[in-house]
Amino acid sequence: MELLRHDILIVGGGGAGLRAAIAIGEENPKLSVGVVSKVYPMRSHTVSAEGGAAAVIKPNDSIDDHAYDTISGSDWLADQNAVEVLVNEAPTELIQLEHWGCPWSREPNGTVAVRPFGGMKIERTWFAADKTGFHMLHALFQTALKYNNVTRYDEWFATKLLVDDHRCQGVVALELRTGQIRAIAGKGTILCTGGAGRVFPFTTNASVKTGDGMALAYRAGVPMKDMEFVQYHPTGLPGTGILITEASRGEGGILINKDGYRYLQDYDLGQPLDVHDSRHPQKRTMELGPRDRLSQAFVKEQEKGRTMEGPYGDYVHLDIRHMGEKKIDKKVPFVRELCRNYVGIDPVHELIPVRPVVHYMMGGVHTDVDGKTALPGLFAAGECACVSINGANRLGSNSLTELLVFGARAARSAVRFGAEAGDIADDKIIALAEQEQKRIRDQFFQPKTGKERAETIAALRVELTNVMDSGAGIYRNEESLKAACDKLRELKERFERVELDDHSLTFNTELTSVLELEYLLDVAEAITHSALARTESRGSHQRTDYPDRDDEKFLKHSLAYRTEGDPRIEHSEVVITRWPPGERVYGS
Amino acid sequence: MGASDMSQSDSNITLEVFRFRPDQEDEPTFQKYDVPFNEDWVVLDALNHVKDQIDGTLTYRWSCRMGVCGSCGMMVNGEPKLTCAAFLRDYYPNPIRVEPLNHFPVIRDLVINIDDFLDKLEKVKAWLVPKEERSVSDGEYLQTPAELAHYKQFSMCINCMLCYSACPVYGKQTEFIGPAAIALAHRYNLDSRDGAADERAEEIFSHEGIWECTFVGECTEVCPKNVDPAGAIQQAKVTATKEFYQSMLLPWGNKK
Repeated sequence: MELLRHDILIVGGGGAGLRAAIAIGEENPKLSVGVVSKVYPMRSHTVSAEGGAAAVIKPNDSIDDHAYDTISGSDWLADQNAVEVLVNEAPTELIQLEHWGCPWSREPNGTVAVRPFGGMKIERTWFAADKTGFHMLHALFQTALKYNNVTRYDEWFATKLLVDDHRCQGVVALELRTGQIRAIAGKGTILCTGGAGRVFPFTTNASVKTGDGMALAYRAGVPMKDMEFVQYHPTGLPGTGILITEASRGEGGILINKDGYRYLQDYDLGQPLDVHDSRHPQKRTMELGPRDRLSQAFVKEQEKGRTMEGPYGDYVHLDIRHMGEKKIDKKVPFVRELCRNYVGIDPVHELIPVRPVVHYMMGGVHTDVDGKTALPGLFAAGECACVSINGANRLGSNSLTELLVFGARAARSAVRFGAEAGDIADDKIIALAEQEQKRIRDQFFQPKTGKERAETIAALRVELTNVMDSGAGIYRNEESLKAACDKLRELKERFERVELDDHSLTFNTELTSVLELEYLLDVAEAITHSALARTESRGSHQRTDYPDRDDEKFLKHSLAYRTEGDPRIEHSEVVITRWPPGERVYGS
Repeated sequence: MGASDMSQSDSNITLEVFRFRPDQEDEPTFQKYDVPFNEDWVVLDALNHVKDQIDGTLTYRWSCRMGVCGSCGMMVNGEPKLTCAAFLRDYYPNPIRVEPLNHFPVIRDLVINIDDFLDKLEKVKAWLVPKEERSVSDGEYLQTPAELAHYKQFSMCINCMLCYSACPVYGKQTEFIGPAAIALAHRYNLDSRDGAADERAEEIFSHEGIWECTFVGECTEVCPKNVDPAGAIQQAKVTATKEFYQSMLLPWGNKK
């Protein structure tokens, strides 16, 4: 097998991956960079982010306030050294994006505009109307085009990390167009593959969000951290799961139950102000509370029978009518477009049906503040990583900032590592890649011989996502989690009997689907077992059998290690610098 | 129609799908699939149903299913569409013919090769070339809302390729830079922070195709994001013509 070579390899061409590629181009244009992405970079899920990116820029704001909001938002599970890095480097990164052409919305005087966001005490969310991720991704992609040292492997699907001598030396990837499996060597490999929302049935996440990088690292012995923390966004469209941005609430939208009542006031989120009051919306209050608390309030409201019933599950209403057509078209035009296209309503005149929807993985590949993992030569950034700045609950608009700050840091860190690293063990990694090629051929291109019935991808995927929903949703308990763990064990066994219809080499998306399903199974077991071991409630992880936060035992990160059987769960200390754990107070 | 009005019928709708497997056959064929007709389904949902329940070999691209990633463009009954935004109910009870986007080489089934576009995007320098260098420590470039509005529409392109498949000029001469790449080049030309319009012009006008482009504007009509590439092309041509005459008639006034 031929060996393709780069100094640094990046897996994933979304926001984090492209930011990393550009950082290397800036750092040392002589270094060759390979970007391996299973979709064309501009198709990556960063494109769907809507509301904005947080960074302190205005004179009324302070770095410490951004840090405190993030840490209290995380229910004190974020590593405070990492949060300090985030908030300190955030303004530079967002200005850098501005210099690369990102069309940030502006104030009349030409400076960038900011908007309020959930859990943030001061308005500090930069935005490009309500297509912030789209504009950021395209600005990054188009900027990356000018770096000649960046080679893109568009529509190449990474199947395995090449690890020899306890060091990551590259990846094995399937070139979709030809069906060839290739080895690509790099002295540093950075995983930027995004999250894993597709492990659940109802999600805002694109079909590509299957936890690839998380599972690749996990299989190479790197732990996944804090996987039990799954963010439900409170406002998804029933049925499709399409996201209605938090910016709609940042701009004044309100949530009401079937009686037209602003129910959030019943859940320790403060008191509502009239929508025409000049102080509305109040920061860190009501509709601008954090996502975990709002999604939990929905479930409580549902239990009280105060939500509405629809064909795609219960829902409440998001009301933005009072914003008026002009402001809606200026500030949240995509919300209007999505509602018109996918629900057939016009939010200028009608209420938007919404329900909580799986949106983001706080957990991911365990890294330090430089994106380093426990495996030398392997780095991770963006949603696929857990640095951690998000802890038990991420604040909206911190993730776009995170992928820039830590994408760039991981790149610089990989460059430093690569400069010191020894040569690639060519023969050994080629042998590993050939083994991987054989594994894929034997497992998916040979007819199954056993008597047992063949399994299908779709059936296993449905069972997997359903059990995650019933077992590891907004509220969990020992019983539901154990049932999910059992089911996952069964599904992993049945996975061995999956048969494909498609045995051709050219653009075999059934093959990529089955490999994605295998990743999802790994990510799912890390989620359920980490959740089972955490016998407390914190942030987005709510155990009905352990309803209180337990700092004594669980002011700790969970680390899930892959074994031949169930994952091994360990715990590690949270880094506290200046903000001792306290009560999360909203609505003051 | 509200979400609560969803109606699920027992009836079916027929998809006639373009199939081409280059490792097995020399010529494309059409294959019929009957899928359940659901009021809320888009063509992409129907294709996913086929892939999951009927035929795992059917091959197409998709990702966000909310009209922003640009992956799922196909010909639907002869018109270029994002299949995540083309509802079955708009075609029912008639069959729906699904084909790969026109004017591109087919890799397999509904998957096209868009390398040509990506090369062109690079050629036209679709990135910001600052008029004045500014360091990050000096903060952002100032840009008023009016200056932003000047180019914003052209920055909304999702690279879905619908415009190329509608473009009669590109259909005949693929050397033509084409609607999306010109719109994106124009987007930077119009950006108050940018100073590379001249460099881009060389590339944009490198092929005579641009002069064959008429005001008919098929590209603009099919654009799902209202980018108006035809407008961008016409504006670019007017600028170029004006500059040509200025350099001819007023050689002392507008020398580059």
